[in-house]
Amino acid sequence: MSVRRIMGTETEFGISVQGHPQANPMVASTRLVNAYASSTLRARRARWDFEEESPLRDARGFDLARDLADASQLTDEDLGLANVILTNGARLYVDHAHPEYSTPECTNPLDVVLWDKAGEQVALDASRFASVGAGADRTGDQGDLVLYKNNTDGKGASYGAHENYLLRRSTPFGDIVRHLTPFFVSRQVVCGAGRVGIGQDGRGEGFQLSQRADFFEVEVGLETTLKRPIINTRDEPHADPEKYRRLHVILGDANLAETSTYLKVGTTSLVLAMIEDRFLTEDLRVSRAVASLKAVSHDPTLTHELEVGDGRRMTAVQLQWEYFHAVQRHVAQKYAGDPDEATRDVLASWESVLTRLERDPMECARELDWVAKLRLLQQYRDRDGLAWSDAKLALIDLQYADLRPEKGLYHRLVRGGRIERLVTDEQVQRAMTEPPHDTRAYFRGQCLARYPDSIAAASWDSVIFDLPGHDSLQRVPTIDPMRGSRAHVGALLDDHDTALGLFEALTAG
Amino acid sequence: MAQEHKQPRKSHDEEEPADAAAPAEAVSERKEQLDEDIDAILEDIDDVLETNAEDFVKSFIQKGGQ
Repeated sequence: MSVRRIMGTETEFGISVQGHPQANPMVASTRLVNAYASSTLRARRARWDFEEESPLRDARGFDLARDLADASQLTDEDLGLANVILTNGARLYVDHAHPEYSTPECTNPLDVVLWDKAGEQVALDASRFASVGAGADRTGDQGDLVLYKNNTDGKGASYGAHENYLLRRSTPFGDIVRHLTPFFVSRQVVCGAGRVGIGQDGRGEGFQLSQRADFFEVEVGLETTLKRPIINTRDEPHADPEKYRRLHVILGDANLAETSTYLKVGTTSLVLAMIEDRFLTEDLRVSRAVASLKAVSHDPTLTHELEVGDGRRMTAVQLQWEYFHAVQRHVAQKYAGDPDEATRDVLASWESVLTRLERDPMECARELDWVAKLRLLQQYRDRDGLAWSDAKLALIDLQYADLRPEKGLYHRLVRGGRIERLVTDEQVQRAMTEPPHDTRAYFRGQCLARYPDSIAAASWDSVIFDLPGHDSLQRVPTIDPMRGSRAHVGALLDDHDTALGLFEALTAG
Repeated sequence: MAQEHKQPRKSHDEEEPADAAAPAEAVSERKEQLDEDIDAILEDIDDVLETNAEDFVKSFIQKGGQ
C-alpha cells in the first residue's frame, strides 16, 4: 500500500446568526442548506438514501441496542433535516445543530485537500445565498449567517471535523488501537489548528495546539458526542463489509491551512498502510493516552516528554519521527525505494515539517495552522502587551476560522502571501461542481449533473432512479468505491442522453 | 511545494558576504524591516477585527456536535 486509499473528510461548521446570538442553530443550518439547494439545483432535489446506514455498528463486532443509544447517535433516521447531494459527489446537510459538508470519496491526500477546500466555498456560498434571501427560507431568525471552520465555542461545546479511511477488513482492530493511538496523541504537533484557552470551557489561560484535545475522555469507544474516544469504533464501511472496514477518525481539528490537511490525511494513511501490512512491531504505546493527548496539546514549546513503550521518554515530535522512519522503511521495502509520486511527496513534506518543528516551530508558520495562529497572537501580544486572558486574543482565534475572505484572518494571511497553498482558486472552483475522476463519486456526481430530473435519491453506496415506464424506483448499488470512476463509466455516460438509456445499459448485462 | 519556504532563507545567505563589512548595521536594518513587515500585517488585521472583542467572543455560542 502507499498513501493512496479511499478517504475523505467531514466538517461541521460553527454557525452564527448576526445580531441574533440566541437564534436556533438548527433552524439557521436548515435555512443555509435549503438556500444552497434552491439557488444551485436546476431540478428536483435528490433525497439521501438511508438504507445502508448503520451508525450503531461497532468495529469490535457487536451492535449497540437502539434503545440504549443516545438520541444524538441516531443519524440514520430521516428527520426531515435539510440535505443536498452535490454534483461533485459531496453531501451538504444539517447534522445536529451545524451545517456539515462531507467530501466525495478521494484516492489521495491532495484530492482530499481540494474537495475539502471546495466544501469551504460551498458552505460560504450557502451562507451568502441564505443571507441575501435568494430563495432562502426566511421563517426563522432573519440575520445574516456566518460560518466558522473551527471546533469549539470556547465555552464547553465542541463539534467535529472527521476523517474517513477505508481499510482492509482483515486488519485486527486491536492492532489499529495499539499502533494508531500513539500516532494520534502526537500528530497534533503537525495538524493542530491552535486554540486560545485551556480546558473544555477555555477558562485556563494560554494557547494550545489543538481545538479538540480537551474534549476527549476515553481511549476507545463508539460515541462521538459524549465521552469522546481517541479511537472511534463506528464501523459503517459504505462498501462491502466482508472486504472493508471504514476507520472513522473523530479526533482531528478542522484545518484551514492546506498543508495541515494534506499532512493530516497523508501521514495517517501511510501509518494505516503499515498497520494493514502488520509491518509495525515496535512498542510505541504511550502511557495514559488521554492525559498525554492533552499534555501535548497544552505545550506549544513541543518539549513535553511522553512515556513511550517500556519506559522510553520522548517528545511528540520525536514520536512522530519514530513513525516517519518506520513508514520510510515500509515504503522502501515495498517499493524498492521507488514509491508513487503522491507517497513521495507526503514523505518529503512530513520530513521537512518535523525537521523545522524540532529546530524552531515558528519556521512552520507559513504552512501549519497552529503555528500561523500562534505567531499572529504573539505579534499582537508583543505590540499591545496583551495577557492570554485578553478577549482580543480569543477574538483572533475565532476570527481566524471565519469563512468570509473579507473577514477571516486565515484568508487575510493567505492574501498577504503569508501562508502557502497547495491548490489554486481555479481548481477549488471546479471541485465545487466536478467530482474526483477515480472513485464512485464520479458516477454519483455525473448522474446528478446529467439526469437531475431522474434521480430520486442517492447515498455513498447507491443512486436511485425514478424512470419513465417503471412503477417503482430503481436502485443502482455502488458498493465498490473504486468502481464508477470515469475510466469505468465515462464512455457509458457519454453514450446516454437519458437516465432510462443509462439504466437499461447498466442492467442489460 | 513543501520546499518553497527555503527560498527566502537562501537569498539571505547569499547576501551574507556583502553584509560582512558592517554586520551590526545590516542586522539592525533587517530587524527594522521585519518590524515594519509585522506592523503591516497587524494593521491589515486591525482593519477587519470585530470592534468589541469582549461582546463578540461572549456571544459566540454553539451547540455541541459530534
